[in-house]
Parts: sequence; C-alpha cells; structure tokens
Amino acid sequence: MSKITFKIGGVHPNDAKLARDRAIEVLPLPQTVYVSMAQHLGAPAKPIVAVGDKVKTGQLIAEAGGFISAVVHSPVSGTVKSIAPRADIAGKPVTHVEISVEGDEWAEGIDLSDTLVTEIPEDRVAILKKIQDCGVVGLGGATFPTHVKLNPAPGSKAECLILNGAECEPYLTSDYRILLEKTKEIIVGAAIMQKVLGGCHTVIGIEENKPEAIEAVRKALTELPYNNIEVQSLKKKYPQGGEKQLIAAVMGREVGSGALPISVGAVVQNVATSLAVYEAVQKNKPLITNTLTVTGDCLPLERQHNYLFRIGVPLSFIAEYAGGIPEGAAKLISGGPMMGKAISNLDAATVKGSSSILYLSEASTRRGTESACIRCGRCAQACPMGLEPFLLNRLYKAGDNEALEANAAQDCIECGCCLYSCPANIPLLDNIRMAKGTVMGILRARAAAAKAAAEAAKSNENKN
Amino acid sequence: MDKYIISPNPHVHAPVSTKKLMLDVIIALCPAVIVSFLYYGWSEIIIMAVSIASCLCLEWTITKFLMKSSSTIGDLSAVVTGILLAMNLPPTTPWWIVVIGAAVAIAVAKMSFGGLGQNIFNPAITGRVFLLLSFPAAMTDWTVPAGFIANNADAFTGATLLGQVNILGPAAADKLVSLGTLFHNIGGSAGEISALALLAGWVYLIVRGVIKPWITLSIFATVAIIAGIFHLADPEAYTGPLFNLLTGGVILGACFMATDYVTSPMSTAGGIVFGFGIGFIVMMIRYFGSYPEGMSFAILIMNMAVPLIDRAFHQRKFGRK
Repeated sequence: MSKITFKIGGVHPNDAKLARDRAIEVLPLPQTVYVSMAQHLGAPAKPIVAVGDKVKTGQLIAEAGGFISAVVHSPVSGTVKSIAPRADIAGKPVTHVEISVEGDEWAEGIDLSDTLVTEIPEDRVAILKKIQDCGVVGLGGATFPTHVKLNPAPGSKAECLILNGAECEPYLTSDYRILLEKTKEIIVGAAIMQKVLGGCHTVIGIEENKPEAIEAVRKALTELPYNNIEVQSLKKKYPQGGEKQLIAAVMGREVGSGALPISVGAVVQNVATSLAVYEAVQKNKPLITNTLTVTGDCLPLERQHNYLFRIGVPLSFIAEYAGGIPEGAAKLISGGPMMGKAISNLDAATVKGSSSILYLSEASTRRGTESACIRCGRCAQACPMGLEPFLLNRLYKAGDNEALEANAAQDCIECGCCLYSCPANIPLLDNIRMAKGTVMGILRARAAAAKAAAEAAKSNENKN
Repeated sequence: MDKYIISPNPHVHAPVSTKKLMLDVIIALCPAVIVSFLYYGWSEIIIMAVSIASCLCLEWTITKFLMKSSSTIGDLSAVVTGILLAMNLPPTTPWWIVVIGAAVAIAVAKMSFGGLGQNIFNPAITGRVFLLLSFPAAMTDWTVPAGFIANNADAFTGATLLGQVNILGPAAADKLVSLGTLFHNIGGSAGEISALALLAGWVYLIVRGVIKPWITLSIFATVAIIAGIFHLADPEAYTGPLFNLLTGGVILGACFMATDYVTSPMSTAGGIVFGFGIGFIVMMIRYFGSYPEGMSFAILIMNMAVPLIDRAFHQRKFGRK
C-alpha cells in the first residue's frame, strides 16, 4: 500500500515507542478521585450533585455548561466529599468533584460485557444524543465535544471521516495499544460516526511505524460488515496527527487559515474517541475511562506501562502504582514530548484527555543555551504551516503586530517543530505563542467591532 | 515537585547545534584541505594554521575586550572562516598577509556587524578580496611550492588556468582543461586543486542535511549555460562551460562560500535567484571585466542583495495561496 504524508514541513524525532509491547493493564481504584469540571474544550460543566450524595459509577454528576461543553459522569461509586477548586496539572484552580471510593457499583443500563455489538442504531439524532449524553469528547488532545463536531453546521457536508491513529508524538503508545486490543470496537465506532455524518468515505490513518496496528485493522475490516471504510498507511512524520496535516495527508486538501476541517469536507476523530463512541452508543457506557502510557527515556523497559484508568484518578496515584518517579527524571510531562504540558502538580487529577505520564531525563529535555540565529532556515523548513519562525520571532521582538498578522502568526499550531529544529536553541515557539495570542486578540476585537458596526447599521435601518 | 523542570513544549530537541553544523562543514572541507597539504606541503600547512589561529584569536579578543560578552569561538564558525580564507589564498602567501586577511574577515566583516548571524558579507571572501586589492602581486603569485606527493616541477607556474586566457587566448586556454582537471588542477588558490575533493565535501553536506543543493546547482547551471551560449557563438573569443566551471574558484565558491547560511537567502526560490546572480556576475566579469576570475566579487555583490531576495521570496503557507 502506498504511504502518504503531508507536504509542508514536519520533523522526524526518534519515536521512542518504548511501551509499545506492554498490553493495557487495568489500573486499580484509589481511595479518592477528583473529577474536573473543565476537562473539555468550551464552558466548564456544572455539578448537579451535592456534598454527601451517594453516586454510582457512570452516574451523571455534571451537566454541560454551554453549547460547546460536555457532561461529566462519576468514574467511581461512593460519596461526594466536596465540590471545590483544586489545582490542575499546571497548578490552575478548577472546580473538582471529590468522591471517596466505596466499592464499584455501576449505574443501571450500562453494558459491561465484552460482547462486540456490530449492529448500528438507525436513528442519527438518537446516536448523536447518546454521544452527547455520555460526555464523549475528542481524545486526540483538544477534547472538543464530539457531538458538536459530528453535527456540522447546515450547508456543510462531510465528504470524508478521518480516524486519527497516527500517534505521531514520540513515546505515546495508548492509541497503538487500543488499535491492537480494541480493533473491532474502534471500527464499529468509526462506522457509527460514518452513519451520523451521512455515510461518507472513512479512512483510518495509521503511521508506518505501527505495522501491527495497520494489519490488525485491515484484518478486522474484512471481518466486519461495513462498507467504505479503509485503512491508510502514513509515512512517519511529526505532526501527522495534527488535524490540518492529517487532512492534507489523506485528502490532499488544505484547511484555510482560521477555517474548520468541515470547510474542506473533512471530519477528524481520534481512534480513542472512536472507542468512546462505540462504548457510548453500543454499550451505553459514558466516557469515564481512557488509556494512558507511563513511559520515558529514564524508565526501565519493564516499568513502561499502558493503563486503562478511571478519569479523576490523581496522576500521583498512577505514578506511585507504577513504581514512583524514576531516578534521573528531570521533567514530568502530561502528553507527548512535542506538545505535552510540563506537570507542575503531580497531585492533579487525570481528565478525559489524559494520555501519558512521561518522564524525560535531563539529557533529553534540557534546553541548550540560546545563541545567535545563523539563518540556517531549519525552522522554516520544519514548520508544517509554512510559516517562517525566525521572521515571526524577530517581528515579535520588534512588536510589529501588523507584520505578525501579515506573516500569519495566528496560523501557528504550536507543534514545536521550529524550536525542536533550531541549532541555536532560540525560544521560537515561546515567542511565537505570545505573538499568536496578541494577533488573535486583534483579530477577535476586529471581528467584534465589525459585528457591532453591522448591528448598528441594521438598527439604524430599522429606525428609518 | 520543585526539582523538576517546568517549561513549555517542545520538551525534546533535535540532535543539532551550531557547533555540530560547523563541525560538519569542517569535515566537508577536509578532503580539499588534505589534498592542498599533499600538493603544497609545509607552506600550505603553515598558511592554514596561521589563518585558523588568527581568526580564533581575533574573535576571542573582540568578544572578550571590545564586546565584553562571552566568547563565541566555541561555535567553531571562526575555524570555518579560517579554513576557507586559507583555501582561498595562493600557497605562497606570506604569513603576515594571512593575518591581515584574517583580521579583515573576522574583525571587519564578521564582528563589527555583531558576530555570527549578523554579518552581511561572507567573512572569508571579504578577507580575500581585501588582500587581492591590497596585495595584488602576492595574491597572484602562483609559484608552486614543494609538496609531499606531487612532482610540481611539471606544473605550470606564473599564472592560473584563468590567467592563461590572457596569455594564450581563450581558445588555447580552453584546451588546457579536460575532465582530468576534475582530479587535480595545480595553480590557483590552495583549496581548489581537486574539484573532486570539493564536490565530495559538498555531497557530504547535502547528505548530512547541512545545506540544500539549490544555490550551488543554480550557480553551476548559470555558469554552464552562459558559457555554453557564448562559446557556441564564438569559440575563439570565449572559453567554454567546462573551463569556466572548473577554474577560478567556481566550485569552491559555489559549494562552500555561496552556501554560507548567514549570507545567503533563506528560501529555496531565493537561493536559486541568488545562485543565478552569482553565476551571471562571474561570467560577465570573466568575459567583459578586467579580473580573470570574479567568483569572490560575484558572491560579495549577491550578498548585498540577500535582504532584498529574502523580502521577495517566502515559502508557501499552509492553506493560503
């Protein structure tokens, strides 16, 4: 099969999939879990339980806080101890529901069997409602509410559903493991989303460094009754799993600046999201579990793990269970080494989108001393958005917002390719991120002003 | 948690640094340097040593006492300048002239602009051109000193192949060049004896991902096409493509000087335009100017155009026309 990839930029970090051969293990339950109300993109969820309430596993505990928001369920059975702000991984206070664990009694109507259910419900609206009611969000990183993404605005049509199994971030192996261990469930999930989107062509994109996963999916596809779903091998290149890059690789189309994938007829969902959709629609199981990799270059091979965890379990509990923070760890990261976030608070609770605890050694993670730009152009060659990071960095320092906008600072996807590639260790992304924030602010203000002006004109017209 | 690093992504870095890149350039220059040592013996070894040492000392002194900042010689870029300067001089150059060349290269062309990355002109070429204009006799003394392997008695002295154009006429000079010149071409700057050694280094840089081939190929193509057209039109008056490619520092300049990151355009399209400019100017100087070669001038002139070229050519942005 031909291998494809995106055309502009990209880098080839050592993929270091050290935990790839470690089967998923079920993580035990701690004594207490802390369920964040802000574990999706959009408005935080609103708790509907009170302190002292008894909850069951899978019971709704918070309702959506807006159109772009998602409901939250209890990952355990027990008693609500508190509803209060608690620090997330960056130390920022976010409302959490604290639940002390008592047994593991599941709410009624959830199918906990392993039986594969391949028959897909007919009613598109009912499926969407089920996905919404089960609190499914995108598990590829952005945690965008899935029911919103699967319901494109009127007038736009999905031509291709792309399942993102690229897992282009080094070290992470949770998507790979579920592709191997939950192959059919993921494909059923894809078929469900395909149906919701009106039966569009569906492509499961997997990078070539995971041949076993590609083979497993191909084999499973022949055994399942669905049409128009194919697996596509992708050349290994970071950031292939970036939404715009994956669409460019698979469909050869480029999503414009500030536009959504649906503008080119694409909908992208992560393979883990597909599994969550399967469990929601076929098993009535809300999104309260996900798979997470405990890995790193300073962790011996036998201590690398992939865990099925309950959302709300503190990271420190997982780290402890996996043998503690390894000797030689200099940086703890939630997510991959390219786009993950440094953990400043290991007591933080896991959320729906948690994908890893990554321990990096001093040698692999310490930034070198910044020196002068030698104009080698590596940053521009690496940028998958075709930007010129060296130029944006200079413009940022000069405070030239107009030129920053003209040179598309707002298009930056913060993938880190520029800083990764810079031989002079110039903090390109740090500065471009700031520049992007400024330009986005200007764009938003301009859009708001234009809207206000249009409304004023309209009301004037009405008066006349 | 205090002992762990907290900083934004990315959390890993490619195994690349300015020093490693410069080291690769040094490795790439080694074949040609070794050939020059073998052909010109101790006199060339001394020139090389003086050139590198002068560049390092000057840069260290300037950073330490004038700029009062930490030394930058560890990035090895001064070593590269030193090697390139030595390669661009005749093997008979007196040591004190080499020191002056190094001073112009490092103090004037590089450090006065703010050091590595800030200079407009290629330091080694600036040093060489200064010497060429200041010491025309010493800089065109093509006497061949005794080497370790070559029987230099057979080598022609007094003029380079390009110099022969003025002595023998274009047609006769053209015949002096054959494909054999690829391997050794005695007479000329020390570094350009063997085109093959230079090209091997260039290929190494491309394979290692240090440079892209476009600037060099653009220069070669422009020189070949212009020389081809003129030579076909009047072989008596104009030397041919092979002659012009293999003589007068075109290969050394195109492979190692025009591809200098700091003084060449950032984009591929810009690089091709830059290369075309160099090739065009070289051929105009050779055919219609009073200097026999012209590569150094061509590169310096195009160095000046780099900011303009960078303004004109940007790479295509994702999702935009």
